[in-house]
Amino acid sequence: MKRVMTCIECPQGCRLEIEADGRRVLSVAGQKCKRGDKYARQEIEAPMRTLTTSVLTGGLELKMLPVRTSKPIPKEKLFETMAAVKRIVVSSPVKAGAVVATDFLGLGVDLVACRSIDKK
Amino acid sequence: MGGGPAGMAAALAARAAGVQDILLLERDQHLGGILNQCIHPGFGLHHFKEELTGPEYADRFVRLLKEEQGIEVSLRSFVVKLTPGREISYFRPGALEEVRARAVILATGCRERTREMIQIPGSRPAGIYPAGLAQKMVNMEGWIPGREAVIVGSGDIGLIMARRMALEGVKVKGVVEIQKTSRGLVRNVVQCLEDFGIPLYFRHRISRIHGADRVEKVDVVRVDDNLKDIPGSGFEVPCDTVLVSVGLIPENELLEMAGGEIDRAANTPVAAGVNLTSVPGVFACGNACKVYDLVDWVTRDSALAGRMAAEYLEKK
Ligand code: SF4
Repeated sequence: MKRVMTCIECPQGCRLEIEADGRRVLSVAGQKCKRGDKYARQEIEAPMRTLTTSVLTGGLELKMLPVRTSKPIPKEKLFETMAAVKRIVVSSPVKAGAVVATDFLGLGVDLVACRSIDKK
Repeated sequence: MGGGPAGMAAALAARAAGVQDILLLERDQHLGGILNQCIHPGFGLHHFKEELTGPEYADRFVRLLKEEQGIEVSLRSFVVKLTPGREISYFRPGALEEVRARAVILATGCRERTREMIQIPGSRPAGIYPAGLAQKMVNMEGWIPGREAVIVGSGDIGLIMARRMALEGVKVKGVVEIQKTSRGLVRNVVQCLEDFGIPLYFRHRISRIHGADRVEKVDVVRVDDNLKDIPGSGFEVPCDTVLVSVGLIPENELLEMAGGEIDRAANTPVAAGVNLTSVPGVFACGNACKVYDLVDWVTRDSALAGRMAAEYLEKK
């Protein structure tokens, strides 16, 4: 089976042509760099996405703190993860890169602050 | 003027090139500009060789500025006047300040085009937002603008907001694009729309917005290659929110005040080259100079603007 997809690893957005047998990738063409090949294989086997969102804060200088998952998570877990993120409130100052929640939902990824935030 | 990615890069580069006394004016209470609300990843692949979110990209420059003694950062400082002689008036809490600069770098960015500029007929209910404003509401203020949304325009901001709203539980009913292709990056069409099953209607436009107090529905119609409505192709989409993502306008009112020549169509400075204006000693960089699609190039070109200003000061 031939499939065409767009590599989303960087803004170049290469058009990838993939030869696959079910979930087994036979060949990948069209990528301008190595990451395209890796992306195509991952996307066919088990698509992953980095989640970025904002969490509520309490008593800090901004109402929301932008956060991201430390690694990509399975695409089908995005909504479940969002629901769990909504239960978090950050109430002490953090630096960019600080871990806000560890081993989030047992996915083996952390939730990481994307900026520094101070008290009010 | 302006503490977004352009202003921060220009200030740091001017300092590195030996400029002694630099004042960086920012109207918000934080540096970072539009990056603060762009919480999605996709920044820094060229400049930092890794993929960062907007706030992370900004944070790296904010840290450099904190360490830099020669740059005075003035927050909550809104410039209201610039003269041809480079006299600057700005408000900051409790004061109107006046300073004279030997060189000025305008890094004032863009504002959004609005519904009025694309003339969508219909009523004027609540629930219609420029997409970038909605982005700020959702990402920084924690307000969700509605429950069921239609997005006009498939530029990157529109696409990214489609995903953002979908993740927040809003039913995004579609993105309506009058052109044949998206102005946004292909990766955004894939990861923002296809991932969430959001339809993208090319060669369609919203022909009317309905609703008394709040948006109730929109009429969508297909158009031909001359952008004329195709009779009988219309359909209705019930929704309570319309996000309008139809481009950006460089903010160059200060340059205009200083007598600088402006291209009326694009609202950009008329000048011999990138980062220049028609006023000696006044430079413009970042989105105020031209609308960029990657912040990495804003950083690169704005650093050049900082060096150009330094060179100008040396020659004087
Ligand atoms: S293949 Fe490489 S260059 Fe092409 S989009 Fe993917 S990461 Fe970017």
